[in-house]
Amino acid sequence: MNRINQKLQEDKKLISIYFTAGYPNLNDTTTIIKNLEKSGVDMIEIGLPFSDPLADGPTIQASSTQALKNGMTTEVLFNQLQDIRKSVSIPLIIMGYFNPILQYGVEAFCKRCQEIGIDGLILPDLPVDVFVEQYKATFEKYGLINVFLITPQTSDERIRYIDSVSNGFIYMVSSASTTGAKLGFGEEQTNYFKRIADLNLNNPQIVGFGISNHKTFNQATQYAKGAIIGSAFVKFIKKSPLDNIENFIPTISIG
Amino acid sequence: MSYNINEKGYYGEFGGAFIPEMLYPNVEELRQNYLKVMVEPSFQKQFNQLLKDYVGRPSPLYFANRLSKKYQTKIYLKREDLNHTGAHKINNTIGQILMAKRLGKTRIIAETGAGQHGVATATVCALMGLECIVYMGEIDIARQAPNVARMKMLGARVVPATSGSKTLKDATNEAIRDWINNPENTHYIIGSAIGPHPYPDMVTRFQSVISEEITWQLKEKENREYPDYVVACIGGGSNAAGTYYHFLDNKGVGIIAIEAAGKGIDSGKSAATSALGKAGIIHGCKTLLMQTNDGQITEPYSISAGLDYPGVGPLHAHLYKTGRGEFYSATDDDAMQAGLELTQLEGIIPAIETAHALAVFKHKTFKPDDIVVISLSGRGDKDLQNYIDYFNL
Ligand SMILES: Cc1ncc(COP(=O)(O)O)c(C=O)c1O
Repeated sequence: MNRINQKLQEDKKLISIYFTAGYPNLNDTTTIIKNLEKSGVDMIEIGLPFSDPLADGPTIQASSTQALKNGMTTEVLFNQLQDIRKSVSIPLIIMGYFNPILQYGVEAFCKRCQEIGIDGLILPDLPVDVFVEQYKATFEKYGLINVFLITPQTSDERIRYIDSVSNGFIYMVSSASTTGAKLGFGEEQTNYFKRIADLNLNNPQIVGFGISNHKTFNQATQYAKGAIIGSAFVKFIKKSPLDNIENFIPTISIG
Repeated sequence: MSYNINEKGYYGEFGGAFIPEMLYPNVEELRQNYLKVMVEPSFQKQFNQLLKDYVGRPSPLYFANRLSKKYQTKIYLKREDLNHTGAHKINNTIGQILMAKRLGKTRIIAETGAGQHGVATATVCALMGLECIVYMGEIDIARQAPNVARMKMLGARVVPATSGSKTLKDATNEAIRDWINNPENTHYIIGSAIGPHPYPDMVTRFQSVISEEITWQLKEKENREYPDYVVACIGGGSNAAGTYYHFLDNKGVGIIAIEAAGKGIDSGKSAATSALGKAGIIHGCKTLLMQTNDGQITEPYSISAGLDYPGVGPLHAHLYKTGRGEFYSATDDDAMQAGLELTQLEGIIPAIETAHALAVFKHKTFKPDDIVVISLSGRGDKDLQNYIDYFNL
């Protein structure tokens, strides 16, 4: 069974962390992953940086620009991850934009992911219908789970369609926004979280965008299976040595 | 071979809507409605009325006598520079603001390079009383100062894009991010034949008034239905798409596209996408774009802010790929010389974008009885300082 599906069966709220590969320094990737696992994180999204990250706010944009300046490329990332499964067992997901993957070759990319032990992909600008028509078979061939996004504006009908083509979890974008920390979630978000929970989807939902602390994590996971922290973590490692990663997680999971 | 968009939003292999889910409801709403709305008699009536009384259409098709003598062929200039606000861009913004109104939107966003699209958007927002926010690269804000002042006077908020190359590509990124953050009340008026489906087709249709007019104007002047060649500069490709539209399926009409070569195609400072680009995804559509082997979008360069874009619209990628279009590029120097030449032979100061199209004669010799229609996409008032600095006037 795919590590993501296994993890989703655990009886707990999951913490998933996003970081941009190649940031703050080119070769921090594996240290960040190992330290995150040590600190109790359930799942990791490794950001493959892109020059024009349309769905991202200033923090992840800046980290992507810096990572590319540092020399991060698809090949460099794969090389860094080559031996990661010797020491890390939690699910690893690559999150990125579609163009770098298209240029690498979708099949070659998926194959490499499987060899390394990547469990899934999140590609915000690969539309659901294009995925289903052109790439679903390839992803399945290499045992990769593709994760789709939904937002407060996504209709119930479309959510059910997305649910029907998903086989891991649904990435629930917390509000209509690019990535980045929010001050907190209001009634509108809570209603949305509840509305989705009431749909009783086949795939569990994990909430992302705007989760930065214990409060927002708890709000997000009241109805959902877990939450993803991105910008807040990227900001944290900008300022703190990688050894301090263990101090970050308690700010999210313990009150 | 078809040069029209198919029902899935592709021109051949190019096009589509590669957008994050956050944009799906907006783009889908537009996709479902744009054709329906465009054929409504009340829409048509209002659109045509505004084009006539407000924009000043039809724009003249002017026989350029001295230029024709010099290049030994028959040159007509399609005078989009005489439109209200000084370029073809207003054809599209009139259409899109009416579309936005029909869809109940109250807030308008746009990106701009040369500032012509920004001005055209700010203008129609003033006309309709809608809030207007224009994203513009920091570098373009500096090199197109007169247009920034116009937008401000028209009541628009001009927001600098400070990432990447600080030009049109980055302004477009910021506009898209704004749209993600404002999914309900906002319409994004894209200024060129780019972006996710249905934008390339919608913009092309609004701009197609250009080739529609050329058809009957040529009939009047030459008793011919179509020219031998149509020529246009290509940034994203909206003036070109509008100039080609009614001739796409007529093999008797040669289609010529001129891109910006900047300092030269191989100089590393260029925006000649067909020569330097590969298929990929930019701003929600599959098309030709300039990128690294690794799929990172590269920063283009052109003296002309409106052509300083690392992609072309999917229609143009298709015209290039199928060989239907002849693609050339003009360097900064070629364009500036061609701009000065038009000024001194015909008394028309063109926009620097447009001047690239006029550099076609460096690349191609036409026959004496060929009829060559060039899209004079905009006037050069906004570029005076650049011309003055370049020629030490
Ligand atoms: C006068 C003029 N011509 C051409 C262009 C290029 O745009 P497009 O290729 O969409 O016509 C611009 C863009 O700003 C412009 O202002």
